[in-house]
Amino acid sequence: MKQRLMTALAAAMLVASPALAELTIVDTSYRTGPYGANGIPFSDGYQDYFTLLNERDGGIGGEKINLVECETGYNTEKGVECYEATKAEGNGALIYQPLSTGITYQLIPKVSADGIPLHTMGYGRTSAKNGEVFKWVFNYPANYWDGASHAITHILDLNGGDINGKKISLVYHNSAYGKEPIRTLEELSKKHGFELILLPVDHPGQEQKSQWLQIRRDRPDYVLMWGWGVMNQVAIQEAVNIRFPMENFIGIWWSGSENDVKPAGDAANGYKALTFHNLGDEYPLYDDMRKYVVDAGKAAGAGDQVGSVLYNRGMYAAMLAAEAIKTAQEMHGVSVINAAQMRDGMENLEMTEAKMAELGLPNFGPEFKVTCQNHGGNGYGAVSQWDAAAGEFKLITDYFQSDQEIISALVAEDSAAFAAESGVTPGC
Amino acid sequence: MFCREAGDFKTSYEQDNQTFPIKFDRYRYYAVLVAAFAVVPFFINDYWVNAVFLPFLIYSIAAIGLNILVGYCGQVSLGTGGFMAVGAYASYKLMTAFPEVSIFFHVILAGGVTSIVCVLFGLPSLRIKGFYLAVATLAAQFFLVWLFNRVGWFYNYSASGQITAPERSVFGVAITGAANPPWSAYLFCLVFTVAAAIIARNLTRGTVGRKWMAIRDMDIAAEIIGVNPLKAKLTAFAVSGFFVGISGALFFAVYLGAVEVGEAFGINKSFLVLFMVIIGGLGSIFGSFAGAAFLVLLPVLLKNTLVGGLGWPTDLAAHLEFIIVGALIIIFLIAEPHGLAQLWRVAKEKLRLWPFPH
Repeated sequence: MKQRLMTALAAAMLVASPALAELTIVDTSYRTGPYGANGIPFSDGYQDYFTLLNERDGGIGGEKINLVECETGYNTEKGVECYEATKAEGNGALIYQPLSTGITYQLIPKVSADGIPLHTMGYGRTSAKNGEVFKWVFNYPANYWDGASHAITHILDLNGGDINGKKISLVYHNSAYGKEPIRTLEELSKKHGFELILLPVDHPGQEQKSQWLQIRRDRPDYVLMWGWGVMNQVAIQEAVNIRFPMENFIGIWWSGSENDVKPAGDAANGYKALTFHNLGDEYPLYDDMRKYVVDAGKAAGAGDQVGSVLYNRGMYAAMLAAEAIKTAQEMHGVSVINAAQMRDGMENLEMTEAKMAELGLPNFGPEFKVTCQNHGGNGYGAVSQWDAAAGEFKLITDYFQSDQEIISALVAEDSAAFAAESGVTPGC
Repeated sequence: MFCREAGDFKTSYEQDNQTFPIKFDRYRYYAVLVAAFAVVPFFINDYWVNAVFLPFLIYSIAAIGLNILVGYCGQVSLGTGGFMAVGAYASYKLMTAFPEVSIFFHVILAGGVTSIVCVLFGLPSLRIKGFYLAVATLAAQFFLVWLFNRVGWFYNYSASGQITAPERSVFGVAITGAANPPWSAYLFCLVFTVAAAIIARNLTRGTVGRKWMAIRDMDIAAEIIGVNPLKAKLTAFAVSGFFVGISGALFFAVYLGAVEVGEAFGINKSFLVLFMVIIGGLGSIFGSFAGAAFLVLLPVLLKNTLVGGLGWPTDLAAHLEFIIVGALIIIFLIAEPHGLAQLWRVAKEKLRLWPFPH
């Protein structure tokens, strides 16, 4: 008995058994820890979309999708373990979507060496937009620097184009993630003449009394937030406590989900967050999603997240991955693609309104086209606002483009620094 | 019966004073070394290296370092994460400032830098003891993490505050960076781990180690018999810092490749290494290895068994993992407060008498 147990354990150690399906997608999720509340809906949406394709269409191009989930807990060490454990799964993992800027930084050199595409949708290293340097990394449709610019553009619009002398505070997660927008905001503050006040919040962000005390003292006109996980809820609650006007409080897209605003109740009404995709569940695709996945009991997790902001975002990420697979299948004329072909598919991905409408997601995201030089889309985003009575975020603007002049210069500078540091020769 | 000592006669002091005086122990030690250096490198892949061997070897070095301070010298430290960060950032600054120098020396120098920092934070140990010292080292932990987050010079003013290890090689074989073959990173860390263990073992058997232990057991008595507490405590901090710094440098440069100080070297890391030392056994080099193995390998084994083997949902498995590891820690500490090393000693004792215990 003991012998058998030991061999079973030893066998279990030797990585999970090989899969039968042909297209392997890895979902490096986090359903535990201080960021779990946000990790769960994203992962559910990501998985449910692939489940839908398997159930309704029999996979993509006739090939079933094998979805492998690996729990990272938003922890970089576990993220590395997950990556190494899953990269050779089946015919090899096609794409990674780590949903963590910290893990992204670790995976960039690894995926470049192993030749597996990495999609960091709206997070990760912003300068990965430069496809000439970051061949295996994609961050379409928008990145943090776009987000910083979107927030400032929105404030400009509210103030008739002049924010000279205004005070804007940035409350940010004191990590690679939160620090990303600072450089862009500094450039923008030079250009538009506003004063930028930086307020770091340490992981995990449950303690923010001093930061909000400072906001109360400084009386900034606007507060921007780069938060994630429990930090968002605490920040919104603290803003309510000091009676900061909610319509002047703008979060990045990672700080704008239902579970961030709900704990503060009605007082959170009017809170704004950026987004790069549409919200709600009024789309034809959701009918299929309910029919084939949720009602059939095949939904990931508890199945109660359908239509929430982060669920939509996870689903959007999965949709973009699936469209890239389709593009790759057409390009190479094979249904079973490998990671290198997947990269070609991502690099030639074009999202048009017609394509989205055909998928049952009309007007769901901005139109964009990926090229070899530009792995980051065109930088379109919109602003959403929390309606506490209705219990949902609503878009209050159309999609608008970020300040490309400033961002392109910063992307070129940062990617050139990376190329020099790691000995990459830029080129397509 | 299994553990034979009879007939193992010594005819010189050298023989009697060697590290493993019992022949059986010695041969087992040689066998482990041969397996580690000559067998494992041929059979490992990326997964085994990055998920199992590298963390085990690197945490073993950290545990040895902390064990010298806590287990041998009795100075409680909660600053291990911060000191590992010093090693990591020192190696990063050295790697980027002197790219032509071999990374081997960078890692050793990073240990040296950490050793100096550790001595500075060890100075209060001359005045304060026990829990109060733990609080002082806790301050070091928070201060160092804050410093590396705050001052741009440490991360070469990169936009995100992350440090990324550039590709470096030894004898033409890449050690850091993503393109390294799995065996090179493994062997590189193994050399440091074995060296650390041998140095620590011999230090603790000699004058220095005896002074540390005298201070640990009763500092006033030690002072009366002629042990200089200043020298003894500070050497413990220096040696401990050296090993912890090396582990931090390897953790960043070889294992992770890119770190963010708050996440990789937070207070959790200090506790993790302290738990390794306590569970493994205070005042034992073998205990450091056992503790590191317990806390690094068990979660990976559980994850692979529950998710890979039984196909359970990942979140359930992650939660169960916390419960099981936590429960095992409690059970171990109740059953054997002196850690896995003592368990091993008792097992040997029993085997020595088996099958005739009376």
